[in-house]
Amino acid sequence: MAQLDSRIPAGPLAEKWRRHKTEIKLVNPANKRKYEIIVVGAGLAGASAAATLAELGYKVKSFVFHDSPRRAHSIAAQGGINAAKNYQNDGDSVHRLFYDTLKGGDYRSREANVHRLAEVSVNIIDQCVAQGVPFAREYGGLLANRSFGGAQVSRTFYARGQTGQQLLLGAYSALSRMIGAGGVEMHTNSEMLDLVVIDGHAKGIVVRNLLTGAIETYAADAVILATGGYGNVFNLSTYARGSNVTASWRAYKRGACFANPCYTQIHPTCIPVSGDYQSKLTLMSESLRNDGRIWAPKKKEDAKKDPNSIPEADRDYYLERMYPSFGNLAPRDIASRAAKRVCDEGRGVGETGLGVYLDFADAIKRLGEAGVRERYGNLFDIYHEITAESAYQVPMRIFPAVHYTMGGLWVDYNLMSNVPGLFVLGEANFSDHGANRLGASALMQGLADGYFVIPYTIGDYLAGQKPGSRPSVDAPEFKAAAENIRGMTERFLQIKGKEPVSHYHKRLGKILWEHCGMARTRATLTEALKLIPALREEFWANVKVPGSADTLNQSLEQAGRVADFLELGELLCLDALTREESCGGHFREEYQYPDGECKRDDVNFAHVAAWEFQGAGKAPLRNIEPLNYEFTKMSVRNYK
Amino acid sequence: MVAENSTQPISVTLRVWRQAGPAAPGKFVDYPATNVSPHMSFLELLDVVNDGLTLKGEEPIAFAHDCREGICGTCSCTINGKPHGPGHGVATCQIYMRAFSDGDVIIVEPFRARAFPLVKDLVVDRSAFDQIIQAGGFISVRTGAAPDANSIPVPKGDADLAMDAAACIGCGACVAACKNASAMLFVAAKVSQLGLLPQGQPERDSRVLAMVGTMDALGFGNCTNQYECSAACPKAISHDFIARMNRDYLKASVRASFKPAASSATGGA
Repeated sequence: MAQLDSRIPAGPLAEKWRRHKTEIKLVNPANKRKYEIIVVGAGLAGASAAATLAELGYKVKSFVFHDSPRRAHSIAAQGGINAAKNYQNDGDSVHRLFYDTLKGGDYRSREANVHRLAEVSVNIIDQCVAQGVPFAREYGGLLANRSFGGAQVSRTFYARGQTGQQLLLGAYSALSRMIGAGGVEMHTNSEMLDLVVIDGHAKGIVVRNLLTGAIETYAADAVILATGGYGNVFNLSTYARGSNVTASWRAYKRGACFANPCYTQIHPTCIPVSGDYQSKLTLMSESLRNDGRIWAPKKKEDAKKDPNSIPEADRDYYLERMYPSFGNLAPRDIASRAAKRVCDEGRGVGETGLGVYLDFADAIKRLGEAGVRERYGNLFDIYHEITAESAYQVPMRIFPAVHYTMGGLWVDYNLMSNVPGLFVLGEANFSDHGANRLGASALMQGLADGYFVIPYTIGDYLAGQKPGSRPSVDAPEFKAAAENIRGMTERFLQIKGKEPVSHYHKRLGKILWEHCGMARTRATLTEALKLIPALREEFWANVKVPGSADTLNQSLEQAGRVADFLELGELLCLDALTREESCGGHFREEYQYPDGECKRDDVNFAHVAAWEFQGAGKAPLRNIEPLNYEFTKMSVRNYK
Repeated sequence: MVAENSTQPISVTLRVWRQAGPAAPGKFVDYPATNVSPHMSFLELLDVVNDGLTLKGEEPIAFAHDCREGICGTCSCTINGKPHGPGHGVATCQIYMRAFSDGDVIIVEPFRARAFPLVKDLVVDRSAFDQIIQAGGFISVRTGAAPDANSIPVPKGDADLAMDAAACIGCGACVAACKNASAMLFVAAKVSQLGLLPQGQPERDSRVLAMVGTMDALGFGNCTNQYECSAACPKAISHDFIARMNRDYLKASVRASFKPAASSATGGA
């Protein structure tokens, strides 16, 4: 059984991080260059970590499966990044950001981690501005803010609808600077396929060079995974097509615990699905809910009518009706479930009946079309490209879609997993968002982990590792891991079955969306736990992977990723079945209040479930880390 | 673009450049596609064609893609002679089949430029762009050293213009569209973004000199002011930035000729 010590420092909440920083071990500057650190992934968390660690003097090797470190999917985040700057003088503070984030996560995150996140949020904005990130500004030249879901202050900094892009390009520029200066050795087109653990410590990785097919091994004193979330297990999601769980999953199979996989976020405002061929769902930023009003027809028979012909009296602005104090800015899980309920009642709009309206008519009246265009023009353009409809004239049609995963590899306060030497940052870890993430908090967490947490905490581990003690890639563990990966590749190519990889990914996604999506029950989850292993068996018997192993082979890449999703999907459902409560993004129909709100069970489930791999074909072990709230009272979330 | 709400399926022929590797000979191969929904994206059609090829035992078409929402800059096809295909201000992944008509033959090629060597089929190597950024496309600021964000006011007009330039997704369409395969728009966008901001002033001269020098060394061509780059840019970045960069480059060159050589042309790390 894994030892899960969260290592949360003692002391008052607001003092913990400051005190921890002064008490953890340091590596002296002359010794830093003797340590090598592998960073996998170059999104916000990975790029900021690689750049910062190299600035400190560590020797960093950075690995991405993309052709450039500027492509990671952080780049697609639209809306913004939260920070407790209180530049608006509207009553914001570190404590308020902490509290909103904790409450937004439905009291299933770690108090101390969330407080640290809120504390360093202010440094992130300073750092990004200094890098030249062109945040939106007011006429006086100072920074502008907007509001986001789950908060009653304006604390979100933004760069038009491309905040993620600008923050990532900032981190990429810092990383590029360190590559140019020789501090980071960059490996593009390199996909991590295994973690190498020696004497219980993470000491290297196995990667496949995606252009040549070569299986390569790299040793280091510590390994950092910043490889993002696993939402593509649902196939259709707002993730990039290449986003995958492989690095995290292979680490799980080497002993790292996977925490709370059932905490998945369904974003309320995405463009609805149009057909079977569909490869991806496109998000319409939550920022649109600042000015757009969400509604559905009151009467079923109006669902197919031209929305502009439906009189005001026959429209149900259901979020404003149900949650008057937060209205259209209710948190994502709540807004998504409300949309589902409306559609389940037969009031959904569009061809499929799976959609509700996001209407800007009032905003256009108030701000003029030009005013709306200035705030959201690029989003309206995206909507037009995809649907061929103008949202200036007819309301947008939106529907919830898988968007983010709060679960991930278990980490302690230092962001180290239960495998010593393996650190996990950003969306790939589990610790800061609980059961639901608030808007504009993912960018904050990715950069907090990379710029301001790991540079301190990794020293605490490295100080205990003798400089130069890192193993060589000639160690038998490296050879065995590389052989294992070669064998797996060969196995894919030898199956020569009858269906392409995409066939299985689509079927897996459908099972998960229907059985473990916005609403879950014991019956649907039990059913999914039968369907997924059967599908996995079929995959390994009947998948067809064309081409060879020694060249660029995108089918082979996809096969490895889908094989891992077929295993993760089962764990996700098992976690959802075992968590007999509703909280945040995890909604079990059996556990709800009469008004349809989540019914948490703090007596039995105020804990993290960290699953431990026990070997192929064996049931994983469910370890528990109790969530001890020292300073905040767990209460029922209320956005009414 | 055809009538906005047409949902009639169409049939098209994809004429795709196939090349097994950098040294292998390449050729066009025709792939018919029938019953194509106009709501399908162009890359989704490639997915469907590839699944068909897989089932037939043929090797699928390698193509670069990731986010499929026009922001990561990975996708990189030239469609009917135009980088990213028909439509203005969009990337390949944002092309929908409603942009084509029933019976069309659609010619699909990789981005072609000397500085972007071919990898396979429609995939090219654009790491030259990363090398240009590594030469100076940054502001040297160590993590933790930054002053309070609002201590650096930036006039809104400058910030907005910097954002216009910063919208570049690094796809390389500007290079593919240029008859000289010049990277001037890409480099100008980064030079302008940082040069417009007060934070970017200390390294303004060294940045433009280093980035332009690296661009030239990597085999990109010169700019002859045809502005095909702006026309092909999925973010519609203006060629005005090229003029801005030329001005910066000239000033920096003149100043550099009067100054002793800087200890580090890249701004140092």
